[in-house]
Amino acid sequence: MKAFAQLMEALVFTPQRNGKLRLLVDYFTAEPDPDRGWALAALTGGLSFPAAKAGLVRGLVEQRVDPLLFRWSYDYVGDLAETVSLIWPPRPGPDRPPELSEVVDALADASRSTAPGLVERWLDALGPPERFALLKLITGGFRVGVSARLAKTALAQAFDQDLGEIEEIWHGLTPPFTELFDWLTGGAGRPVIDDRAVFRPLMLANPLEDADLDRLDPAAYRAEWKWDGIRVQLAASGGERRIYSRTGDDLSSVFPDIAEAMGFDAVLDGELLVARPAEDGDAGVTVAPFNDLQQRLNRKTVSAKMLRDFPAWVRLYDLLFDRSDDLRPLSFDRRRQHLEAWFDRVRPARMDLSALVPFDRTEDLHGLRDGARAAAIEGLMLKRGDSPYLAGRPKGPWFKWKRDPLILDTVLLYAQRGHGKRSSFYSDFTFGAWTGDRAGEGELVPVGKAYFGFTDEELARLDTWIRANTKDRFGPVRAVTPALVLEVAFDSVHRSTRHKSGVAMRFPRIHRIRWDKPAEEADRLATLEAMIVLG
Amino acid sequence: MAISPTPRGEDWIRVTEAGLFVEPGGFHVDPARPVDRAVITHGHADHARPNHRAVLATPETLAIMRARYGDAAGGTLEPLPYRRPITLDGVTVELVPAGHVLGSAQAVLTWRGCRVTVSGDYKRRSDPTCAPFEVVPSDVFVTEATFGLPVFHHPPAEAEIGKLLQARARNPDRAIVLGVYALGKAQRVIALLRAAGYDRPLFLHGALLALCELYREHGVNLGELVPATGRPKADFQGQIVLAPPSAIADRWARRLPDPMAAAASGWMRVRQRAKQRGVELPLIISDHADWDELVATIQEVEAAEIWVTHGREEALVRQAELLGLAARALRLVGRDEDGEDAA
Repeated sequence: MKAFAQLMEALVFTPQRNGKLRLLVDYFTAEPDPDRGWALAALTGGLSFPAAKAGLVRGLVEQRVDPLLFRWSYDYVGDLAETVSLIWPPRPGPDRPPELSEVVDALADASRSTAPGLVERWLDALGPPERFALLKLITGGFRVGVSARLAKTALAQAFDQDLGEIEEIWHGLTPPFTELFDWLTGGAGRPVIDDRAVFRPLMLANPLEDADLDRLDPAAYRAEWKWDGIRVQLAASGGERRIYSRTGDDLSSVFPDIAEAMGFDAVLDGELLVARPAEDGDAGVTVAPFNDLQQRLNRKTVSAKMLRDFPAWVRLYDLLFDRSDDLRPLSFDRRRQHLEAWFDRVRPARMDLSALVPFDRTEDLHGLRDGARAAAIEGLMLKRGDSPYLAGRPKGPWFKWKRDPLILDTVLLYAQRGHGKRSSFYSDFTFGAWTGDRAGEGELVPVGKAYFGFTDEELARLDTWIRANTKDRFGPVRAVTPALVLEVAFDSVHRSTRHKSGVAMRFPRIHRIRWDKPAEEADRLATLEAMIVLG
Repeated sequence: MAISPTPRGEDWIRVTEAGLFVEPGGFHVDPARPVDRAVITHGHADHARPNHRAVLATPETLAIMRARYGDAAGGTLEPLPYRRPITLDGVTVELVPAGHVLGSAQAVLTWRGCRVTVSGDYKRRSDPTCAPFEVVPSDVFVTEATFGLPVFHHPPAEAEIGKLLQARARNPDRAIVLGVYALGKAQRVIALLRAAGYDRPLFLHGALLALCELYREHGVNLGELVPATGRPKADFQGQIVLAPPSAIADRWARRLPDPMAAAASGWMRVRQRAKQRGVELPLIISDHADWDELVATIQEVEAAEIWVTHGREEALVRQAELLGLAARALRLVGRDEDGEDAA
């Protein structure tokens, strides 16, 4: 546990990517199996212990520390594992600090009734940095600035192996990755991933900059609409049906309606949406706003009513595997031909093809993008016709070009201290708009919340302003004098019953801080309502 | 004013906009704005403000105020050494060491048999640069609460200095730039380094020089100190450079080779606080009492009432209540909420 805790501690305080990489390389080279495999699992989010969750940690600490003192400490520190690691008053006892693999094995075997006793004894036996590492294993989210990608890069460096080779087999492996380390250290061959429906790393697009557009050769690129849903990979093979999110999370159980329609043997790339039959009796469907899809996400189970009210749909745009044929080395144009032929042949329910949008000149794209106001369209995708399907985010072959955001002048109403890096700054902002017929009339109702879009300097200034203009405090939240205008940018706005204002913004962020503008001149709720586009 | 044989603290001490006002004595303790008569506990800027008409403080604190404010230090400056009680309009004032920085004192105030001790900022650890805190049994004890949450525990300062020396040894090509507050922290860290046997020259940001000189004049040995200016970059490889906290991750540090930002402060206990300030090497060294020391102190003074001032008042009040002590928060204006730099 000590080496693992030291690694975590060092990663937190090492800002440079190369510094982190060095730490990881040293760790993976020096530590034995299975500890290094468990550490890798922890860093890549692959560990979860059903018997031990954040609630267990809270329960334990509240038996030892006054709940009120704990709550205030948590508000201040902003991270459960760190708070408990610092506040824990150890009772002296004969306990020996456990090894990482001991912790993982014991937690995996524990039940809800035995886990608390285990964790409590370990907390007593460990010092604060090791307590932190232990608690992070339980609560998840190490926040040490290491992505799964960086961890894999470190593996590739440590054992002089090709990163792509590791990526390709990654999703067929399970912690503690013994097969992987056996291969990397030269003791065994590369693990063989059979044709189970594993996740294949996605090809991602870069945002289109103005300079990219100037250089873009219109004849070499194809355009598609950028759909406002979530990116999914459908992988079906030998009876296995998996729906993966962009990051490889398995969503199959949340979308049984899609899984049911996957009676094929292929791996497809597409956009998950909520869509209903088109009103005009056409064969097509009308895509619902993102807000509808939101109802289906983040749920463990789905009711029949959910399935009926928010029917899922996948708009397909790429074919990676047709049976066992790996189409990824082929060009986009060739894959598109395969995709269209495959679709004609298979005709799966609840799916259609994302159409190619024809254009001749680069200037045409501006018009297309600006004209795209349908709720389900976020902008345009541009893909090079001759590009193979490459894992990661290569610069050049794929671009995403979002339409301009909507803008509203709002008034800052509440601020909350951030978590993580911003734990001492008021960095989460709730803002409102006027209910009256004219700006400055009626009352201000909250219309949204944003926590990014500003620089560190602006954040420091906002923090100072909030402290100086606090009207009231509710725990970590401050109500402020409604006097500061925030220009908020957002992608779209929808009706919502969850908010007092009756509307919800999609992807709101602070666009500009209008230190100069009086609150009375901020926008009205009615202005925002007028921006609602129905599906 | 209620007159009774033995008054209660609140009968004669109250909070005004300027701060804690001792009514029968006609003076404030550590006022936040200029007043006629002020008793100052120590030289940090949020306690010792300029331009009071008359100031009473330890000779060391007055020297610090003169060094910082020059003529604005105050109209008349009256030195009152430790443990020499005087009487101001019937209120006895005695200054007792607080262990915070050079010259820091608790103001022990007695009126008609009621004793109120205003501790200012204090710590209970040993510090080679100032006299140690003394427990004064009181009717009312006024305590700070800068680190008034049970997550704050300061490990032994010597061990933290060990981390600093280890980081230096491991990074011979880099300079370690250590953020320290100019008054107190700088001198304590230097004295601790010397006590650990580190006898090489230490490089200092210009803003730290004057107060180090003042400490020297008061008999604190700091070894060889060199201004960190006008030298080639390479001279700083493997060296320890001390600077105000605001300079360590700023343009100033660009004169140093691959500088490793370090900071010595009680806030370094919280990871995200350290990260936020771009600190690579956090050292938990504080001149304030940590949670355990605060809780021990409010019990040792055996006071009937605890008043809690700046910092996280609510948590310390809560803890006092859990211990069966009467406690309340005093809302004083003008204190730096987080005591960020001085902590």
